[in-house]
Amino acid sequence: MTLKEGKTGMKLRIQSLADSPLKERLLTMGLLPGTVVEILRSAPLGDPMTLSVRSYNLALRRADAANIEVTAVQ
Amino acid sequence: MATLSIALTGNPNTGKSTIFNELTGARQKIGNWPGVTVDKKFGYVQHNGRAISIVDLPGTYSVNARSPEEKIVIDYLHEAKPDLVVDVIDSSNLERNLFLTVQLLEQGIPLLIDFNMADEAKKHGIHVNLRMMEEMLGMPVVTTVGRRAKSIRGLLDVFTSTIMANYRPGEMIQKHLETMEELRVSGQDAAIIEEKMIACRYALIDEIVTKAVTRGKTGWSLADKLDGILANGVLALPLLLAIIYAVFEVTFTWIGQPMADTLDGIMGDVITPWAADALTSLGVVPWLQDLVVKGVIGGVGSVLTFVPLIFTLFFCLSFLDGTGYMARVAFVMDPIMRRAGLSGKGVMPLIMGFGCGVPAIMGARALDSEKDRMISILITPFLTCGAKLPIMALFAAMFFPEHAADVVFAMYIVGIVMAIVMAKVLNVTTFRDQESTFLLELPPYRLPDMKTVLLETWDKGKGYLVKAGTIIFAMSVLIWFLSNYNMAGPTEEMSESFLASIGSAMSALFAFHGFATWEAGAAIVTGILAKESVVATMGILYGAADISTEAGDAMETASQLVGTMGASFTMMSALAFMVFTQLYTPCVTALGTIKKETGRWKWVAFAAGYTFAVAWVVSLVVYQAGRLLGY
Repeated sequence: MTLKEGKTGMKLRIQSLADSPLKERLLTMGLLPGTVVEILRSAPLGDPMTLSVRSYNLALRRADAANIEVTAVQ
Repeated sequence: MATLSIALTGNPNTGKSTIFNELTGARQKIGNWPGVTVDKKFGYVQHNGRAISIVDLPGTYSVNARSPEEKIVIDYLHEAKPDLVVDVIDSSNLERNLFLTVQLLEQGIPLLIDFNMADEAKKHGIHVNLRMMEEMLGMPVVTTVGRRAKSIRGLLDVFTSTIMANYRPGEMIQKHLETMEELRVSGQDAAIIEEKMIACRYALIDEIVTKAVTRGKTGWSLADKLDGILANGVLALPLLLAIIYAVFEVTFTWIGQPMADTLDGIMGDVITPWAADALTSLGVVPWLQDLVVKGVIGGVGSVLTFVPLIFTLFFCLSFLDGTGYMARVAFVMDPIMRRAGLSGKGVMPLIMGFGCGVPAIMGARALDSEKDRMISILITPFLTCGAKLPIMALFAAMFFPEHAADVVFAMYIVGIVMAIVMAKVLNVTTFRDQESTFLLELPPYRLPDMKTVLLETWDKGKGYLVKAGTIIFAMSVLIWFLSNYNMAGPTEEMSESFLASIGSAMSALFAFHGFATWEAGAAIVTGILAKESVVATMGILYGAADISTEAGDAMETASQLVGTMGASFTMMSALAFMVFTQLYTPCVTALGTIKKETGRWKWVAFAAGYTFAVAWVVSLVVYQAGRLLGY
């Protein structure tokens, strides 16, 4: 699944990032394959979403989250 | 001894600017890095007998030279080779912060690593073993709580006693550098190399953090709890509107207006009579007296009364920004803003536009993509800035006495609606092929550093004082001259003055708008110099030269002008005139700012022209539609 389909509370491990204008920035910000992120919440209209990445919180649009392949973590 | 040169670098939201402000305070200057619209902040401080110069480099997440900020940082560090480079780190957010650290070390830049925000880290149960960090990184390490005087003194001690030449990257770093080099020459595709390098850096960082950092157990932080209400769920939007409403209340009602009234009182009851007396007793020629008292003092005074409003608004916004709340505003507003063709990060600059368009246009730098930034800059002129308010207030008081407040409010809405419409139009025309990006760090909520808030407020608002001192001053003199002279010399009849000729020429454009008088035309022309002039010009031309030009005195001013100005507009033509002045060409100061921020005269001409055209069309529609409906 992609990060776009994630729901609040889910812990997800990043598998890969599709090529996109944001790809390098996402990697620099710590969203690497193997990294586990948690979806903390989304804005009132469902978009953007807030992730807990490493030690901080990052907001990104769902459209951009669609470029990130993830698997659920138990 | 020679001046010690220091550069501050680090991620955004690390308290770097607070440290800079605490170190340099008022002894700082904000300039511009050449060729780019990025603030260059530098300052001075004396410590232990040494002069220290400090540059606050823009906060960046990395130094890949892909954005102007990153390029500035890496170029400066390589070219200027400061004696000491301080890497300010948010101790609660180590991994991402250390990414920049590692990149800088890769580039051979020796660093003094400052684990800042130590108090917050402690609260989160994060403990950094500084000695181990120093060993692994091979660089001097220090810890601070940015806004505490003790930390700042300690920092200054470290600055004057550390000899960077004694330090060399630690073994782990050296190994990492070798790995990086191997990747660089591996011959793989450039993008793949870049990705592997990023992965390598984080692997190194994970290793460092595992060895040198212990984390205690923490439950949900205060930030997360607050965000549960402020950034999420049903209450977020209403709370946001309430907070923004509160900002406007404080600005316009509680603080702004009373302060403006006091200033006005001082201008009117103290300074003006004093100046008049002084000039008379000095035997100054009457026409010069007239110029100074009515022209200059009147003109400059009208601008000065806005100053409390402007500074209050910017103070509130800076304060909110310092708490971290403005990031939540961008977050919550993004989908709404996107429907309007804008970006969530554009909310704060646009709110500033209700005070003055100049910092709003500059504030557009906060937007991630060039497209978002340009659109924000181009729609800012539609908003009701502080200078337009007296126009609306006067006309509303004169022509809609029973519904004055509603009509003024309606003008605000007109501005906002047109801004949104034009944003959408620009999105699908001029900027059709560009993308809009959005990535936003949500920092923990913090109590802002007051020194930083005040310095930022001053920085944003001082442009307004400069405007009063220069543009308005020049304009007041100019209007006075143009309205009292024509080709034949001084003239008693204003309707025969230069200003009248200019006004008549302009009024030809408004044959179907209902306000094709030379007085209105003249006001429109002077309004391009500064929106404050519209009311001032009307006052002069309709025979009440010493009227008050503030919004608060609108009722009184209206009664003074009702016989003259009141007779040359109908209700609908007044409304059309209000709509026109709301939307048309921004003042020269704003246009100058657009030139500075975009670097191209093309955009200045576009901004000046399209706003005029939009205003012309919309006010025409308002007038004719109103006439058709029988008003």
